[in-house]
Amino acid sequence: MNSLEALTRPINGQQVFSPELPDYDFLRHCVRCARCLPVCPTYQETALETQSPRGRLSLIKAVEDGALPFEADVEAHLYHCLDCRMCNTVCPASVPIGESILAARAAFGERLGRPWWRRLVFRHILISADRLGWAMLPVRIYQRLGLPRLIKPLLSLLPKQLSLLRRMEALLPPLSPYALHKKLSVVTPANGKRKYRVGFFLGCMMSQLFAEESRATVNVLTRAGCEVITPRGQLCCGAPQDDQGDREQLRAFARQNISLFEEIGEVDVIVSDCAACSGMLKEYVELLHDDPEFSSRARAFSDQIKDIFEWYDEIGLAVDHGDGTTPISVTIHDACHLANAQGIRAPQRKLLGRIQPVQIVEMQDPSACCGSAGIYNITHSEMADKRLQRKLENIQATGAGVVVTNGPGCLLQLRAAVQERDTNVQIKHISQLLEEVMGEES
Amino acid sequence: MKPDVMRELKETLGPGRVLDSVVDRTTYAYDATWGEALPGVVVLPQSTEDVVATLKIANRERVPVVPRGAASGLSGGAVPAVDGICLSLTRMNQILEISSDELIAVVQPGVVNMDLQEALADFGLFFPPDPASWYMATLGGNVAENAGGPRCLKYGVTKDFVLGLEVVLADGRVMRTGGRTIKNVAGYDLTSLFIGSEGTLGVVTEIIVKLLPKPAAKTTVMGVFDEIEQACDAVNRVITSGVLPLTTEIMDGDCIEAVQRQMDYGLPSDVDAVLLIDVEGWPESLERESAIVTQACQAAGAREVRRARDEGEAEQLWAGRRAISAALSNLGDKLGEDIAVPRSKIPEMVRRIRAIGKKYELPTPVFGHIGDGNLHPYLICDRTDTEMMERVRKAAGEIFAAAIELGGTLTGEHGIGLAKRDYLDKALHPLAREQMLAIKRVLDPNNILNPGKVFEETDISSPSPFD
Repeated sequence: MNSLEALTRPINGQQVFSPELPDYDFLRHCVRCARCLPVCPTYQETALETQSPRGRLSLIKAVEDGALPFEADVEAHLYHCLDCRMCNTVCPASVPIGESILAARAAFGERLGRPWWRRLVFRHILISADRLGWAMLPVRIYQRLGLPRLIKPLLSLLPKQLSLLRRMEALLPPLSPYALHKKLSVVTPANGKRKYRVGFFLGCMMSQLFAEESRATVNVLTRAGCEVITPRGQLCCGAPQDDQGDREQLRAFARQNISLFEEIGEVDVIVSDCAACSGMLKEYVELLHDDPEFSSRARAFSDQIKDIFEWYDEIGLAVDHGDGTTPISVTIHDACHLANAQGIRAPQRKLLGRIQPVQIVEMQDPSACCGSAGIYNITHSEMADKRLQRKLENIQATGAGVVVTNGPGCLLQLRAAVQERDTNVQIKHISQLLEEVMGEES
Repeated sequence: MKPDVMRELKETLGPGRVLDSVVDRTTYAYDATWGEALPGVVVLPQSTEDVVATLKIANRERVPVVPRGAASGLSGGAVPAVDGICLSLTRMNQILEISSDELIAVVQPGVVNMDLQEALADFGLFFPPDPASWYMATLGGNVAENAGGPRCLKYGVTKDFVLGLEVVLADGRVMRTGGRTIKNVAGYDLTSLFIGSEGTLGVVTEIIVKLLPKPAAKTTVMGVFDEIEQACDAVNRVITSGVLPLTTEIMDGDCIEAVQRQMDYGLPSDVDAVLLIDVEGWPESLERESAIVTQACQAAGAREVRRARDEGEAEQLWAGRRAISAALSNLGDKLGEDIAVPRSKIPEMVRRIRAIGKKYELPTPVFGHIGDGNLHPYLICDRTDTEMMERVRKAAGEIFAAAIELGGTLTGEHGIGLAKRDYLDKALHPLAREQMLAIKRVLDPNNILNPGKVFEETDISSPSPFD
C-alpha cells in the first residue's frame, strides 16, 4: 500500500459506547503532539508513555475504538494519574485531558463496579461534614487520650506489608477540637457596614480537619465587610467522588447543593476556601449540562462560585501596618485544582503583594502537585513520595519561613512532611496568615 | 514476537526495561501523525550497553527495531513496526557535560531540547535549533529528523550544531563519529550521514553539540499585508539591508481568521498575511535593526507595522502565532505538510496551494518561515469521511509535486518517514537515491532498523530489491 494511504486511512470513529465515557471528539482532538509529557508528574518520574497524559488518552481512545476491553488493568492506569490537570494548561488543542480521564474512571466504575472500600468511603463517609465527623470519632478519641505517643513507636515496628497503617497514621492531622459547621451560625454579620453578601460553601475536610482555618476565613471575610451566609445541610462538593469515578453520587450532591444555595437568596458571590471544592463547584455546569431540570440552575450556581483567593483579590483586601514591621517571607504553593484546573495564578500573588509585611519568594514550579492528590498518597504512596520530595526541595530552596496554600490535601501532606522531617517551615492556609497579619486592629 | 526472543530480551536487559503487556504497547503505538501500529515489545534502555544488547538480539533474530524519543515527529518516523521492537530512548536522558570553555555539551539522546536550553541558560549559552516541538522533542529525535525551527534562517538546522555522535550499528557494534572540535575534516563526514537518517542507519546513544552565547535581547516587529507578495518583498528588503533577522514567521488569512475566532489576539481581519520578524542582539543594535525592519515593511506596502514595546507585548504577538495549531484543531482533523521552496517562489507556492485546496474543496490554511522558504500548509478534513480522505491524499500529492516543480523539496524539517516516502523518488536524483540505498545495505544488511521508513524498498511487506 502507498504509505501516505496507510497514514491517512479513514477511521471508523467511536465503536464502543458506555455512559460517562468522555466525548470521542475530545479524544480525536488530541493530535498526539507530546506537549503534555514533560509537564506530567508521573511522566517526569518514570519517562514512561503509559504514565503520561497522551498515553492515558490513547488508552481511553482504544477503549472507545473497541481495541481495548473494559478491564481492570486498563482501569489501573487511569488511577495512576494524580488529576493535577497540569496537562490541561499546556495542551495546544485545548483537550480537557484531566476531565476526560475522570470521565473514563466513571465509565469503568459503571462497567466493572467499585471495590467495597471505595463504596464505603465515597458513598457513606465522605459525603458531608457530619458523616465525616462520625467516621473521625475514633480518631478524635484516639488523639484525645494521647494515644499517638504510644502507638507511633509501635507502628514503626510493623512489617513492610502493613506500612499503609503507618502512613495513614502519619497523615492524620491533630483534629481540631470542634467541627466548624456545627458552631457557625447561618448568618455571620459583617463587621461594621455590610458591603457584600457572601454565600460560604464550607467543605467537609475544612469543617472537620481545618476548622480553625475556615473560622479564620469567616473572620477575615466579616472584617472585610462581608455578611457570610453558611446554609445548613451542605453535602460534600463531590470532588472525592469525581476523583474516584463515582459521578452518579457526585451529581446527586450537586443537585442538592445547588438547591440549598438557591434558598439563601441574592448573594454577591459564593466562596469556598478549599481549592478542590471551588474547582468542583465550578464544574457543576458541565456535569449537569444535559439534566433538563438542572442545567440552567447549575450554570447560575457555577457562575457565582469564586475561590477564596479570587474573592480576597477582587475586594481588594489589603493590610498596611506602616513601616517597621518585621517582614515575613512567604512562598506560595498553588493547589493543582486552583492553578491548573481553575487557571487561578495571578489573584493569590496580587493579594499577597498588598499584604504589607509579606514578601513573596516564588518557588520553582509552584503549581506542581505535592503528591497529596485526594487519596493518591495512600493508594500510590511511592509516586506520591517522589512528588512530595521535589516539592519540599523547591520549598526549601526559597528559604521562606511560611508556605501558603488553600488545598486541604496539600495542608495535610505538607504539614505531615515538615513535622516528620523537623523542618522549620510553617504550612498555612491563606486565611490563617491573613488573620495573623491583620492582628487585633479593628 | 517469538516467546524465546521475548524471554531473551527480558533476561538480558533485566526487569522494568522490557514491557510486553498490550496496555503498555498500546501507548507506544503512535507518534504525532495518524500512523499507528502495535509493537511486539517496548524496550527501555538505560545505557549504550542496553542498546547494544537489544540490537544484537534483534539483528540475530531479524526483528525490526524502531527507535523512539518523545514521538512528537510529524512524518511517521517513530511509528513502530508491527510486532517489532519499539526502542524508547526516553530514559537515556542525562546531560553528561556542559563546557562553556569549549562551547559544547555532551548529551544522551533522551534529553529534551528545552531541558538542555534551561541547563544552558545558567551558563549564558544556548543551542540554536528550536523546533516548535522543543518543549517535548528529544535531542535524539532532533538528530534523527535533522530538525529545524523558526530561527534557523539565522543559525541553521540541527546538523549545523552537532559535532560528533556515538552510534550503535545494526549489529550492535558501537561507533564514534566526529569529535569535540568545530573544525574536523579527518575522513568522511559520518556525523552528517547519521543526522536526518530517521533511525534507519543506527541508534544514536550520545551527541556532542555545539553551543553559542545567548544574545542579550530580542524584539518583535509585526507587519500586516494585503498581499502575500508584499510580505515576501518585505523579507527580501530586510535581508538586503544588512539585517539578518532571527525569524520571519508568516501566517495567512485563513490561519488568522481561525485564531481570531478563538480569542481576540488583536490581529487584523481581512488580510492576506501577517509577518512576525524578530531581531536579537544588544539593546542598542535592536533599535537600529528594528527601525530597518519597520521601514522595509512599510516600503513593501504594509497596511500596518507595529513594534513590540517590551517583552510582554512581543509575547502577546507571538501568542496568536502559537495559537494556530489549536485553532485549526477546532476546524476538524488536519494533515500538516512541510514543503520548502526557494524564497522567491513562496508567493507562487501559496497561490498553488490555494488552487489545490479549491480544486479538492479543502480548507488550506498556511503558515511558515519565509526566510528559509519552509511552508506548512494544512489540509483540514474529516477522518471518518472516506471520500474526503481520498481528496486529501490527492491534494497532498499535488502539493508535493508543485513544490518540486518550483525547485523546492518535500520536507523542510519533518522528515520523510511514512508520510512522504512514496514521493521521495521525485525529490532525489536517481543516482543519489541508489547510493543512499547502497549505504543502507552496508550499515543494516538485515534491514532491521526502522524498515519501511524513508525508502519503499525497505518495507518488509512489499517485494523489494533489498531482500
